[in-house]
Amino acid sequence: MPVILVVEDSPTMRQLISFAMKRIPDSKVIEASDGVDALKKLSSEKIDLILADINMPVMNGLKLISLIREDNAYKSIPVIMITTEGAQEDRNRAMALGANAYLTKPIQTQELIKAVTDIIAAK
Amino acid sequence: MESKASIGKMADEFLQVFKKGEEFTKELLKENERLRFRLVELEESVNRSGGEGRAKLFQHRIEDLEAEIEFLKDKFIKVEEENKDFAVRYVEVEEENNNLANLYVASYQLHSTLDFNEVLRIILEIVINLVGAEKFAVFLMDEKTNELLPVAAEGVSAAEIPRAKIGEGIIGNVTKDGESYFSQDMNAKGDILKGEPIVCIPLKIKEHVIGVISIYALFIQKKNFTNVDYELFNLLAGHAATAVFSSRLYTQSERKLTTLQSFLDLLKEKPKR
Repeated sequence: MPVILVVEDSPTMRQLISFAMKRIPDSKVIEASDGVDALKKLSSEKIDLILADINMPVMNGLKLISLIREDNAYKSIPVIMITTEGAQEDRNRAMALGANAYLTKPIQTQELIKAVTDIIAAK
Repeated sequence: MESKASIGKMADEFLQVFKKGEEFTKELLKENERLRFRLVELEESVNRSGGEGRAKLFQHRIEDLEAEIEFLKDKFIKVEEENKDFAVRYVEVEEENNNLANLYVASYQLHSTLDFNEVLRIILEIVINLVGAEKFAVFLMDEKTNELLPVAAEGVSAAEIPRAKIGEGIIGNVTKDGESYFSQDMNAKGDILKGEPIVCIPLKIKEHVIGVISIYALFIQKKNFTNVDYELFNLLAGHAATAVFSSRLYTQSERKLTTLQSFLDLLKEKPKR
């Protein structure tokens, strides 16, 4: 059963992504409202995949991914960034920090499901 | 002499019989040879006629199988076409399902609170995340001055956005007519100071416009609007308006209730002597 952590400050987006993740068979979704909240959830639950926004209060998605990649316990967890930042340099920055995929908002649900399915299948 | 003659006669008879026997044996051998030859001929004939029958049988079988293959090929082509139709239909249904999920979530969030500021925040979230707008503002009608006041904005400070008068400019006309405005070029940038958005959506309760959402720029990845965007605009026009209106009323009534409660508390206090 893949456990997916959705890190997003917008409740609307959290609900929408969680809704979309219901299409991933046997998946379980855990929600976090920012990077710090995500790190707490990571320490309390075995997470298989992280879907993270970039622009968030307290700790943004880029800081979160850099901390995850530095930590031996979490560094192998795939991370998909979901953000409004559509510029190529933003994409490059996130990928350089270790993102496995980069999706821009407004999200295309099919695209998100495909990215998640591909990453889970590759694990 | 007589016995010699009878012996000679007997010998002749024996020779005659022997010759006849020899002839008969030769005839038997000949007949046997003929019959063997005939047998071989018959066997060959039987074999030949049996092969032809089998060949005919196989021919029929091949023809049946070829007909069956043709039938199956036709059936396969039809099933493949049906599959393609189903695949297209599946994609359409998926898309529709996703669109409905977006609309459901947007509507659910809009009506999840009676806090006015929370409603405004949710409207901003929907327009950023679901529509893909980078710069936009929410205007609400000020009944006292008959002007539209910017109450929330994204990508620009609400204080920088000028008010709009009913019937003047794009925002004023959308408020007056209650009809959405869409610029020809969605990738163009609107002019905030001149009050020229690229999209302007009226917030309506029935035919009464209480405000507008004015979009000045979309994110670079958002090239054009899709069907779900127009559905979202329709949803925002109605649901955001009722959410804003009811939350405003609720906030006002809460304020009045607090005031009344204070009066009641004052009245309940025992007069000091």
